[in-house]
Amino acid sequence: MIRALILLLALCLPSVAQAQKVVADLSQRNVEITANFDGSDILIYGAIKGGPEDADFGPLDVIIAIKGPNDAVTVRKKSRRFGIWVNTDAVKVARAPSFYAVASTGPLDEVLSTQEDIRFQVSMERAIYAVGDAEHDAEGTRAFTDALIRLRSKNNLYQQLDGSIRLFDQALFSTTIDLPANLVEGVYPMRIFLTRDGQVVSRLATFIDVRKVGLERWIYDLAHEKPLIYGILSLIIAISAGWLASAVFRYIRF
Amino acid sequence: MQIYLPIAEVSVNAFLLLGLGGLVGILSGMFGVGGGFLMTPLLFFIGIPPAVAVATEANQIVASSFSGVLAHLRRKTVDLKMGTVLLVGGLAGAALGVQLFAALREMGQVDLLVKLCYVVFLGIIGGLMFFESLKAIRRAKGAQTAPARKKHGLVHALPLKMKFRTSGLYISVIPPLIVGVFVGILAAIMGVGGGFIMVPAMIYLLGMPTKVVVGTSLFQIIFVTGFTTLMHATTNYTVDMALAVLLLVGGVVGAQIGTRIGARLQAEQLRILLSIMVLAVCFKLALDLLIMPSELYSIGTGGGH
Repeated sequence: MIRALILLLALCLPSVAQAQKVVADLSQRNVEITANFDGSDILIYGAIKGGPEDADFGPLDVIIAIKGPNDAVTVRKKSRRFGIWVNTDAVKVARAPSFYAVASTGPLDEVLSTQEDIRFQVSMERAIYAVGDAEHDAEGTRAFTDALIRLRSKNNLYQQLDGSIRLFDQALFSTTIDLPANLVEGVYPMRIFLTRDGQVVSRLATFIDVRKVGLERWIYDLAHEKPLIYGILSLIIAISAGWLASAVFRYIRF
Repeated sequence: MQIYLPIAEVSVNAFLLLGLGGLVGILSGMFGVGGGFLMTPLLFFIGIPPAVAVATEANQIVASSFSGVLAHLRRKTVDLKMGTVLLVGGLAGAALGVQLFAALREMGQVDLLVKLCYVVFLGIIGGLMFFESLKAIRRAKGAQTAPARKKHGLVHALPLKMKFRTSGLYISVIPPLIVGVFVGILAAIMGVGGGFIMVPAMIYLLGMPTKVVVGTSLFQIIFVTGFTTLMHATTNYTVDMALAVLLLVGGVVGAQIGTRIGARLQAEQLRILLSIMVLAVCFKLALDLLIMPSELYSIGTGGGH
């Protein structure tokens, strides 16, 4: 009886029972920041497994989102006060990713419904979390978060890559995401969504590990773990460089 | 050649930084200024976070002013005694300035106040210096009767007189102390070393010879910026050693060249060039305030206002 019921259910809701699955891999999971680090291209490729091939169902779409470590920022706005331009207004953004890239097979607002976006927080606007305060309503805060997106997009830190994923035969997909040179160290969670008619059918989560190595690692650790020694060392370098230049110039009698 | 900076966490062009350091070093050796007022906006412009720019530049200035002071010491154009008095005043002023800055920030509008003060201040100093030096040059060109005038003003009436041999002065320690405190306050509020406020103050308020002023200013800048570097390194972790090294290689070489250029110039020429530089900075700041910026929004770190 129960078995029959399940079978019936499976027939009624094929997309649930015979859910398609997304599998994927990256060209590299570890990004090493060395002294001459100049950005890195990550190739993401994968396949869609199983599921009906019926024409009754809408086409599949793939969305890939990579996010850098969150930090708190303050967005300031200048306006004219007594004839001069100064910062007069500011909004605190409690959580803004240092890097965010969202790639998709088509325009993001078409391949992902608003409800699903709210649920999974995929679009750039939803990845940023700003608290409104007494002076700013939702509309007022929005202007500031939009400015944040605009400014960081200019530096390639925020990338909206609509239509950049190539999907072959509703089964294979691939894309390249360009990590810029000014990356912050940390774990970069990556999420892949498979959608149909704006609804998420399957998803996959993984991560990219970005870390400093070699000299970069050593300087960073020293600065944070032994700040006094680091500060004194910086001064010693400065003083000896100053002395060296003076000695060299005296020697060559310029 | 791109270099990734470990603390600033941005990638920058190494040659650009070498050149930048060299340029600022030349000004430093010539005029006895740290060059922070020029370096800060340039570093912002190439994408270094403001906190890192300010802290690292202090480290760079230690190097270029030390290089410059050694060159001046050989020419015997550093008044160590006067420098020490100014330094004592300067450190007291800086401590006061930090408190004042915190109080101003509580009230808000600190940005507006600081910038307005800056423009007005630089405008007055630069303008006065420019006309004074112009007059001095004309006088020198005209009649050769340069009167050796000795003014006996308030500076000479105060108690606690001290001999400053290198400067050829016998004055009270109170005016240099006050000048030191005042510059220290300004430096703390505006986040600059205060060299180009100190230099005119030494020339016009204390009556020191222009040649001695440059070396003496550099002498006290070493200590102020050295202290600043340590403070930033231990409290904010914002000193970027890689960035500092790139800047200071250019800086120390520039300071040596600057000192030699300065030695070949006449005192009036040096003063007029300095005044033109001060006026240029003032003009640039004024333009920033008056012209509508192309981007109204800016991103600051941290959650604070």
